[in-house]
Amino acid sequence: MSEIAVSPPEALFTLATDRWTAPFWEAARQRRLTACRCGNCGAFRMPPTPFCPECRSQEVEWPDLPGTGTLFSFSVVRRAITPEMEGHLPYVPALVDLDQAPGARLISNVVGCRLGELRIGARLVVGWRERSDGVVLPEFRLGE
Amino acid sequence: MIRRKTAIAGLGATPYWKRGQSAPRTMNELVGQAIIAACADAGLEVTEVDGLAYYSGGFDSSYLMETLGIPELRFSAMLTGSGGGSAGAVGLAAAAVVAGLAKHVIVVGGNQQGEVRFGSITKSYDRTPANAFFEAAGLIGPGHMFALLAQRQMHDYGYTREMFGAVAINARENAMEHPLALMKKPLDMDLYLSAPPIADPLCLYDFCLESDGAIAVLVTSTERARDLRRKPVIVQGSTHGGERGWGRSLYWMNMPAGQFLSSGHRSVARDLYAQTGVGPEDIDVAQIYDHFTPQVIAQLEDYGFCKPGEGGGFVLSGAIRRGGSLPINTDGGQLSGAYVWGMTHIREAVEQMRGTAHHQIAGAELALVTGGPSNAPMSGLILAES
Repeated sequence: MSEIAVSPPEALFTLATDRWTAPFWEAARQRRLTACRCGNCGAFRMPPTPFCPECRSQEVEWPDLPGTGTLFSFSVVRRAITPEMEGHLPYVPALVDLDQAPGARLISNVVGCRLGELRIGARLVVGWRERSDGVVLPEFRLGE
Repeated sequence: MIRRKTAIAGLGATPYWKRGQSAPRTMNELVGQAIIAACADAGLEVTEVDGLAYYSGGFDSSYLMETLGIPELRFSAMLTGSGGGSAGAVGLAAAAVVAGLAKHVIVVGGNQQGEVRFGSITKSYDRTPANAFFEAAGLIGPGHMFALLAQRQMHDYGYTREMFGAVAINARENAMEHPLALMKKPLDMDLYLSAPPIADPLCLYDFCLESDGAIAVLVTSTERARDLRRKPVIVQGSTHGGERGWGRSLYWMNMPAGQFLSSGHRSVARDLYAQTGVGPEDIDVAQIYDHFTPQVIAQLEDYGFCKPGEGGGFVLSGAIRRGGSLPINTDGGQLSGAYVWGMTHIREAVEQMRGTAHHQIAGAELALVTGGPSNAPMSGLILAES
């Protein structure tokens, strides 16, 4: 399989935020990968929610993460099930366990690699994709 | 305690159509037809229905009252979540009857995919802050999400596509001669393995059908059911719920590693066996929610028919076929029969316990039905022959 993983089509997604999720996307605009950490007990949670499920605190922190992680699982989307997907295949939805954020798993994409190189457990490095609407999304490349 | 105190006294359904083919019939029309048929089957006037129980968003009780002429409603409730509640909606009805809130409760489910395809249903969801975290990655259909679960199952348990294929082939074999099933073309392992992938590791045959139809059952007290027209099918018990670690599951993908490999049903199954006083060894036939083949295997593990990591070998051994130790999805399931959001599984379990199924399992006395692995709650149901 020599095909290269591309980014999913922009048309599938329009960003909506609330006060709990906005800091993640704001950080992304600044090319900074972060995750929601409880300001009381330090437990990570993603996606961000109004309460820490461990201690019910509403205090949150948004630490700088190293931007690396491990591929927990992935799929290769090869078939267009809506018209917007034509011309944007194959893309690779990926679950990324983020370094220095235990418990925080990001749903993202792996791009720029040959499909045959994808392996669960692969090391990943974040990159950034700026969309035409100005939203910046993290996406990952195979690391060292 | 609801154990054995209620029964399914009536079963009604519309025909099954391939996606969108029920048009111009409306969704409410299909639902009404199923309810009328369920009452007729029980030998009960529709006007005696006084309760409605749903799941997956349900239907508009006030509209159904107005159009069907239901004079008084005493119970109208819905399990939250998605298709996970299909089996549990029967438990909801049973609870209402046992509590004395209502006497004749209809459980109804259905879908009509003229406007929104289930295959890309998440694309029709509201643009919410919570959904942004999966939509951004191009996850627009349940198949994309369950592919992520299946890939990890294969990695951790060494499962193969042949194992998923065994689930699909069993469903097709049961569908081929079944008068209600939509899919009739033979499916063998070569054909399965040569199908192009849609979202690795899932191919076309790993996906359930997209179809239209509605199915209703009438739940009443066991005592009352004995006075009605049909042989009662006893509701041995039903549970719903789930654990936090599963939670929003496929939408957020934040399950701890162990639960990631499950179907989210572990606590539901444990409680179901405790409530009903039976165990997996007592189940004679099972209707396992089959939206995606790998999740059938995960449910067989969660319901204790085999250990975690052994479900793949279990299905490959032929145990799930009609001559096996646990025949499953004897009507072709949702993979090859029809997809009515879990209600076909209830229908087939009722037929098996009445002794009237097309592929009747001889001597079957207990049938398990599961609701779909999705965001919590999931649900389970055990029906008993009377």
